[in-house]
Amino acid sequence: MAEITSLHDAVASLVRDGDTVALEGFTHLIPFAAGHEIVRQGRRELELVRMTPDLIYDQLIGMGCARRLVFSWGGNPGVGSLHRLRDAVENRWPAPLELEEHSHAGMANRYAAGAANVPFAILRGYTGTDLEPRTDVAKVTCPFTGEQLTAVPAMRPDVGIVHAQRADRAGNVQLWGIVGIQKEVVLASRRSLATVEEVVDELEPRPGAIVIPGWAVTAVAEAPRGAHPSYAHGYYDRDNDFYRAWDPIARDRDGFRDWMREHVLWSTAPTR
Amino acid sequence: MEHRADEMMTVAAARELRDGEVCFVGIGLPSTAANLARGMHAPAVVLIYESGTIGSKPTRLPLSIGDGDLAETADSVVSVPEIFNYWLQGGRIDVGFLGAAQIDRHGNLNSTVIGAYDEPKVRLPGAGGAPEIAAQARRVITIIRQSPRSFVGELDFKSSLGARDQVVITDLGVLRKGSDPAADPLRSAAPGGSDPRGELVLEALHPGVVLEQAREATGWDLKVADDLRTTDPPTERELALLRELRER
Repeated sequence: MAEITSLHDAVASLVRDGDTVALEGFTHLIPFAAGHEIVRQGRRELELVRMTPDLIYDQLIGMGCARRLVFSWGGNPGVGSLHRLRDAVENRWPAPLELEEHSHAGMANRYAAGAANVPFAILRGYTGTDLEPRTDVAKVTCPFTGEQLTAVPAMRPDVGIVHAQRADRAGNVQLWGIVGIQKEVVLASRRSLATVEEVVDELEPRPGAIVIPGWAVTAVAEAPRGAHPSYAHGYYDRDNDFYRAWDPIARDRDGFRDWMREHVLWSTAPTR
Repeated sequence: MEHRADEMMTVAAARELRDGEVCFVGIGLPSTAANLARGMHAPAVVLIYESGTIGSKPTRLPLSIGDGDLAETADSVVSVPEIFNYWLQGGRIDVGFLGAAQIDRHGNLNSTVIGAYDEPKVRLPGAGGAPEIAAQARRVITIIRQSPRSFVGELDFKSSLGARDQVVITDLGVLRKGSDPAADPLRSAAPGGSDPRGELVLEALHPGVVLEQAREATGWDLKVADDLRTTDPPTERELALLRELRER
């Protein structure tokens, strides 16, 4: 059964220097509060995995937490570049960042293979692109039809972190709206953390909701507004103005560090 | 009504979408054009966003492919593995609607990097959903501004392969691929799939654009259709709806 704990204690016990860590949430339910706690606790040398790095990985990379990034689309959606990611790749600031990149279909299948406990997944993809020779894929032949397919290795993070709308006191995690890759990353990871808007006595059924049973999750921590500036469907909307405002903040190294000091390092995680 | 070049581009792209088609939409200009089409001639178009929303009918233009409005107005919301495996790879998408930073004469797209991969001049966001959308939709509409920087003789990185059935809408005109069946024997095969050999042919220029401009904005020896057309200018209704969409 998931342990219900504070965000501080969950990150302290689950995330270690050098770990492969996946904070997921496909545009919706991005675990910003957990990412900020990782920054505050000063984790280093992480291999960060995420389909769409988004602002949260821009922040982790800019604060020097990462040595490697595995991803499929690294931009500020609808706005432009992730300037801290670009600075790390183009200028090795604050540290060199090794990249492993895939397509979305490839990453989604990697997580699904991890969740299913098989060593690889197959898809029709990558063939003929410049991604194919540069990334971790291989050709396999279908034993039934002889068709050549692309194999992608299972993704098995040390820690998978997601945000969700709510959990009950047994740690059953309920989420709805765009469900993204949340279930797959929890099931693919050796240890998992779900931050939630609220812990409730009873989970009311919701149309289209999925529930990840508490016994399949390592820890649950309450983090109200923990997805902001991403959103939690039914709780608050995506803060599109913040995504636009991030662009000038992140363009400048000093401005970025000042912002992080003021808004992340000097603030504290919820203690409950 | 006076219009800007990028408005003509968006309107021309919207016109390519047919009513009732199932369209996998990229964010930005593709999403704007697809929603313009939905408000004009294609009310029954099915918009699919890679976040897993099927049949989204957004009331305002989304900033990201995962805005809450896309889920709230969808017929169905599915997981990300499902959208790519069952719906795209499953062969259920008529049209993929994509942007890119660079394109070559075969319609191959670069959205990964400008310069060398290991020493990039500009690190772009990356491939995202595009490689599989380009390869698995029955046809592909690409929307991209035409300049020597974007229309290049050789891509810095091939993120996605040109499709067999591909139309490219720019701020200068319309290019189409594989329009000559004799030149492309694969045309008779099943729809969809990649074709790295077919070549884009300029079939229309937008009003006020001369051929020399299109040639100068193209980093290869541009093929031009014998019956080069002029695009119909945006109608008052098209322009009014496009501007209203952008302001909502």
